[in-house]
Amino acid sequence: MSILIYANTANGKIHKSALEAVAYGSRIAKDMGTNATAIVVGECDNADSLGEFGATKVLHANDAKFNSFDPSVYTKAVTAAVEAEGADVIIFSHDFTGKAIAPRVAARLDAGLVSGAVDYPKIDNGFTVKKAVFSGKAFANITINTDKKVVSLLPNSVDKDPVGGTANVETFSPEVGPASLTVKEIIKESTDLPLTEAEKVVSAGRGLKGPENWGMVEDLAKALGAATACSRPVSDMDWRPHHEHVGQTGVAIRPNLYIAIGISGAIQHLAGVNQSKTIVVINNDAEAPFFKSANYGIVGDAFEVVPKLLEAAKAFNAANN
Amino acid sequence: MKILVCISKAPDTTAKIAFTNNNTEFDTNGVQFIVNPYDEWYALVRGLELKEQHGGSVTVLNVGAADNDPIIRKALAIGADEAVRIDVNPTDALQAAKEISTYAKEQGYDLVLLGKETIDYNGSQIGAMVAELMDLPYVSLATKLDMNGTTATVSRDIQGGTEVVELSTPAVISAAKGMAEARIPNMRGIMAARTKPLNVVAASGASTATTISSYELPPAKGDCHYIDADNVGELIELLHNEAKVI
Repeated sequence: MSILIYANTANGKIHKSALEAVAYGSRIAKDMGTNATAIVVGECDNADSLGEFGATKVLHANDAKFNSFDPSVYTKAVTAAVEAEGADVIIFSHDFTGKAIAPRVAARLDAGLVSGAVDYPKIDNGFTVKKAVFSGKAFANITINTDKKVVSLLPNSVDKDPVGGTANVETFSPEVGPASLTVKEIIKESTDLPLTEAEKVVSAGRGLKGPENWGMVEDLAKALGAATACSRPVSDMDWRPHHEHVGQTGVAIRPNLYIAIGISGAIQHLAGVNQSKTIVVINNDAEAPFFKSANYGIVGDAFEVVPKLLEAAKAFNAANN
Repeated sequence: MKILVCISKAPDTTAKIAFTNNNTEFDTNGVQFIVNPYDEWYALVRGLELKEQHGGSVTVLNVGAADNDPIIRKALAIGADEAVRIDVNPTDALQAAKEISTYAKEQGYDLVLLGKETIDYNGSQIGAMVAELMDLPYVSLATKLDMNGTTATVSRDIQGGTEVVELSTPAVISAAKGMAEARIPNMRGIMAARTKPLNVVAASGASTATTISSYELPPAKGDCHYIDADNVGELIELLHNEAKVI
């Protein structure tokens, strides 16, 4: 019995969300009295760094056939590792990659899957994992009843402090069959900071009156090291790109800091952001429903408040760097 | 081209979420149900657009009990040619995926489309599971889908960008925002939907792998701490010293 963690890579390096998944998996391994093995698929030059986060062994499937992300091929590689390790619990990060392969692995193993776990499993009586449901309006505690258990962890849900340790990296050469698709092109987003991974997000809504007014939002985000986001009406009117739309039918995020400027806080918007650790609402309408979900609120005109906030953020940066 | 669009029933986006029976069941009292928006707005509409461009048929499939028929009729009103309901109320994704794949395997669809997730259980599971159970290629979180003969060209969101991939049908694709624009059924569509076939087929008796032990509501946020608009520096200080997020 052991725990297997799929460690995602980006540009040949272990991805941040993978460190969290490995830290999560190794803590479960400790609770269950077993070891945590990580599997890395594709090019990666720092697979051994997973030892610091609790993996005792890393299987590295590094072959040209893994150069592009083919969910069918990756599924077979991970399933082969499950068999090789005799793993009973398989952990993924609930990110783009995890969403594409965790359910395939679960189906292949005929195993139950909890996707988007927000906490460690309770293992004293069965294996029960908490996840957000109804687009963040509630949580469900889901018990996995199969022998093999698959969990994908919602990013930014648990601590990922290094525990110290080293891992042996072993080359892993699974049989994976033919490719199921061909990658033709990769278009990089202009932003360096994908929204779902950002720890801080500055978001704005219709209260900004027009796309020409986003400069101050971008400046504030830059000063805070934050990503930018927007409400649905704003992306529907093409003021901002669709991938910035956060909410129930856009992207769901849970950053440490969410600053909402000129967003009233409709229930659909709240659903996508209400798991943020700290919420700041800036709105000229004191009755805006968003204030009920906010930790900090400023009632005022965004066009006066945001420039002042930008100055304060710059002054803070100058004093702290 | 034979297209299958899997649709799920979901509570309306404005529904108040509450639980009964000692927090073990979703309280459907007063809740209006809709077609899961990702299934309807993106998967179904793109399926219809592809049919309009290339010919063929669009079948919608729902796994559920008879009380799902109204939302299935809505999908027919938007333009699907026929509907199939597999007659069982599924309690987890693996069960639903097994029912879908058992049925779809027999039918020879070129494309199986569905939304990237449902807005109730937010699992993002069924598409990938169906692909695995049918041994088909799968693209998740697709924002664009074009067909040329048996070749599908799909754009999908990946970490930090978009990837354009090509694959051969049959294939399973989960749709995200951007793939199509929602359509509102017109009166002609609504009338036509009444007489379109809605075939009810028996479930295969697939097993489940998980059970929901309980639900809980998120803890209420503390009272909002208001900061004077003339003293926004205080906010930066609180974010640093109290919330410790900057």
